Formats: sequence, structure tokens, C-alpha cells
Amino acid sequence: MLALQILIDGFAISSLYALGAMGFTLIFGVSGVLNLAHGGIMVVAALIGWLAAGDLGLGVFAGTAVGVLAGLVTAYVTYLLVVRPIQRSRAIPREESEIFILTGTLLWGIMIQVGMAYLFTDNPVTILPLIDGIVNIDGVRTPKNEIMIAVICWIVIGLLWFLVNRTPAGKRLLAASINPRGLTLLGTELSNIYLFVWGIYGALAGLAGVLLASFLGVGTQNVGQLTASAFSIVVVGGLGSVTGSLLAAYVVGYLETLTAYLIEPTLRPIPALLLLVIVVYIRPQGFFGRR
Amino acid sequence: MRKFFRSRLFLVSLLLVVIAAFLPFELSAYVLGILTAGYYFGVFAMSWDLLFGFAGEVNFGPTFLIGLGAYTAAILDNQLNPPVLLCVAAGAVVAVLGGLLLAVPALRLSGPYFGLTTLVAVLLLQNAIVIFAHFTGGEIGMTVPDVLSIDAATNYWYALAFLVVSAIILYGLSRSAIGLILQASGQDAIEAQALGFNVTKHKLAAFCISAFFSGIAGALLIFYLGATSVDQVIDISIGVQIIISAVLGGRRTILGAVLGALFLICATEVLRPLGQLNTFVVSGVALAVILFFPDGLLGHVLHGRERE
Repeated sequence: MLALQILIDGFAISSLYALGAMGFTLIFGVSGVLNLAHGGIMVVAALIGWLAAGDLGLGVFAGTAVGVLAGLVTAYVTYLLVVRPIQRSRAIPREESEIFILTGTLLWGIMIQVGMAYLFTDNPVTILPLIDGIVNIDGVRTPKNEIMIAVICWIVIGLLWFLVNRTPAGKRLLAASINPRGLTLLGTELSNIYLFVWGIYGALAGLAGVLLASFLGVGTQNVGQLTASAFSIVVVGGLGSVTGSLLAAYVVGYLETLTAYLIEPTLRPIPALLLLVIVVYIRPQGFFGRR
Repeated sequence: MRKFFRSRLFLVSLLLVVIAAFLPFELSAYVLGILTAGYYFGVFAMSWDLLFGFAGEVNFGPTFLIGLGAYTAAILDNQLNPPVLLCVAAGAVVAVLGGLLLAVPALRLSGPYFGLTTLVAVLLLQNAIVIFAHFTGGEIGMTVPDVLSIDAATNYWYALAFLVVSAIILYGLSRSAIGLILQASGQDAIEAQALGFNVTKHKLAAFCISAFFSGIAGALLIFYLGATSVDQVIDISIGVQIIISAVLGGRRTILGAVLGALFLICATEVLRPLGQLNTFVVSGVALAVILFFPDGLLGHVLHGRERE
């Protein structure tokens, strides 16, 4: 009974984690950027989605779409205003640009967090469930919304897999992550690919933010935690590896759910952090890392 | 060495220190309080600059070291009530041990991986403090029975003296052979090794020194404030402020970090009427500096002259 409950809840939360981390690992793989404003982008999407669905009266589905759009826009703003200027700056030595991007996006994430808290509210907001109702799975009462979220996550992950592995645009992405110089020599404009991957990233992060708001509720307080969890999942799975992130999302998701149910809800984030430290010490490249 | 005593940098610094030492006769206790906190902050930022600017290690968790120093001193003072100096020393020792612990992965990892580990170290420490709440005061924090002094001017002078001593040692270190080797190993570890320098040993030393000063500053800060809490010495936002200070002031300058820290503390104070938007503006300014003047306030002056 409890085991089944953990299995179901863990699955839903892990799917969400996977969705959130997927875009994060994609932009690292393709452009080598670790975006510490990640949580900020998710929260913007969630808050705008909540506003559109509730106060603006667009309904849940249109609200979700508006939220995802907001995530997309914020991701582009992050890229064009913060990341690209640092990458192109002549004053910043190439070997230090990584550190500048980390610091810059961290600052930008804080600005998003504080700005959103000012414009909206500090309190977590909850978007109404996409579908109402509860099903009884072998004695465990599960909201249909939870199942729906997991299904949406997996559909999107499937689409992403198809996009990357089966379409010409996706193959260019893959090529850019393997050998950017080779791709440029073959006549592909690298900056277009970066724009493309940031677009995908924004949509994924936005969707994850909105769905999280409908599942658990999201507030500006969560910005740091969301970034940290995406970061740890991606590192445990191996930076740049989509498969690794997927696996790591489930490991972390279940670890957290197990702790919350069996030990104590307040200790929820700790085992994942310890796992991260252990992985970083023993196998710094993660499960499927390339380095 | 004699050349240094005649350099403009030395004379300007000396003048600033003398002016700073006479400020308590002019300024109100309130302003002194802000400056006192700013001076401790300056030491945090300098220690961070030694690690990042010279050893090339991105430490996203300076507050891990500071927090260890501060909480060790606070808990010791609460439990056994030894003299303040002993508490501060204990804080420094624990912080150095913590620095060694952090340095172990640093010798295996590089770049973002190491940055992440330090970030996690802060989160773990924060969680540990909340879990052992009966010992540490948890999220609310704890008061310490002893304080350095109840007089604002005395506290100010303590902080100033500590800042000046730390600045002399850290700046001297950064200009010494050790500093140069650190800088070399930060920029190209393989080449530095090929030249016969023990990179590992030097980085380890940098960590210990950084941790030592962070730990003492953390412990002194809580004896100045008379209380400690996660929000004041450990929270990631504090770590971010330290990083902003060092980058604002100019990386690889040590002294710039002090200017950055003072600027940040004063800006926060001046912008206080903005309320919530305060942090927004300060972060925005820091972001603009990173984007447009990546060398920082003092970086232009110091490195500009070096290039000529």
C-alpha cells in the first residue's frame, strides 16, 4: 500500500524533474552554458501561467500555454541579455567566461526572483489541476491530474527524443554538441543553433514550471531550490547527457519521495545532496558523462 | 620592497586607513555599525578573491567556511563559555579543517564541478544546522553570551584593525612568489606543473589561508553582532554578495574586494527605502559591471598599469 503510494508519487515528481533538467542539460551539451537562472525561468512561467489561468480568466489550458510562452521569452532574454554578451565580450578571457556566465546567470536569477516577488507575491501559487477527479489504483487514491502530468512529461520527452534523433534540425544540434567547429565548416551558422536550443530549453523549463505549479505549487522562494535540484540531477546523470539526466531524475525523485514518506518530510532534500557529493567525489563525470 | 613603500597604491591605502581610523570621532554610531559589518565583509571578499582570482577555483560556498567559523565559536561560547579569543581561535581551526575538506575534491575536480560541490557544501551545512536545532538554534539562530565590546567605536576599531592586518597579509601573499605560483596554476595548471611547481600543495595552502581568514572573520562578526543565524552567515545570498563584492572590486586585486564590499554594504543601506527592490537594483548593478567592466573597480587601475 505504502510502497505503491511511493511508487506513484515518486513517478510523477521524477517525471517533472526529468522535464525540468532535460533542457538544462541540452544547453550545456550544445553551448557549454550552465544556466543558474534556471529556477527563475521556471518560476516566471509558473507565475504568469497562474495569472493567466486565474485572474485573467483564460482557463487552465490557455494559462498553461501562456506560462510556457513566458518561459520561452524569459529564456531568450537570459540568453540575449546575459549569456551572449559575456560569450562575445573581448574584455573577458575565454578561460574565465564560464565563471562569468555562472556568476552572471546567478545574478540574473536573483533579479528574477526579487522582481517576481515584488510584482506578484512571495507566497507559493497553485494553478488549478488540468483535469479533476481521482482514480483508485489498487487502494491508492491518486488525483487524475498527477497521472496527466506524468503523461504530458513523457509525451514531451518523447517528442524531444524524436526531434533530436530523427529530424535534420535535431541532428544539427547533436552535431553542435559533438564538434561545433566541424559543423561550422559544413556551412551551418552556429548562432542559429544556439537560438534554437535556447528556444527548446525555454519551452521545456516553462512547461516544467507550470506543471509543478499545478502539482505542488510554486513560489519565488523556490528559485534557488529548483536551480539546485536541476543542477544536481544533471551532474549526477552526467553533464550534457540526456539519458543520464533522465535516469538521475528518477533516482533523485524516488530518493526524495522515500525520505519524505519513510523518514521525515523535512529531510526531503538531504539524501539527494549526499548522493550528489558522493557521485562528485567518486565519479565526477556522472552516470553517463563524457568527460 | 622599498619601491613598494613609495608606490602610489601604498600611499593611497595608508591615507585611507588613517582617515578610517579617525572616523569614529566624526560619525554616528549607526554609520559606524554599518562600516564595521562592511569591514568584516571586506575580509570575506578578500579571502574569496585569493581562492578565485589567484588559485582559479570558483568557490560558490564562501559561507561554508564563514559559517563553520561563526557557528563553532557561537556553540562553544554557549556551551562552555571560554574566553572570546579561544572561541575565535576554535572557529578558525574548524574553518581550516572545513577548507581542507572542500579542497580534497578541488584537487580532483575542475571548473563548474568544483563550484557545484561548494554550493552543495553550503546547502548541507544549512540543513545540518536546521536539523540539530536544539544545539544550533535552527532557523531562528542563537545569541552568544559574550560580545567584543558594547561601544560602537571600539568595535569599529577592532574591525578596522582586523581588516588592515588581513589585507596586509593577503595582499603580501598575493604579490609573493606563492601568489605568482598560485596565479600560474590557476591559469594553466599543466604548464605550472611542467615548470616544477607543486600545484596541489599550493592550492591546498590557498584553501587553508582563505578558510583561516574567513573563519576568524565569521567568528568575530558574530561576537560583534551578539547573535548568529543562518540568514546572517550561511545563506547562499550572503555568499552571492561576497562574490559580487570581489568581482565588483576587481578580481585578482585583493584590495579591490574591500572596496567592492564597502560599496555593496553602503549601496544596500542607501537603497533601503526601495524595500524589496533593493536586492534587485544591487544585483542589476553588479550584473552591469560584469557585462561592461569585467575588470571591476580596481582591476583597471592595477592591471592596466601592469600591462603598460
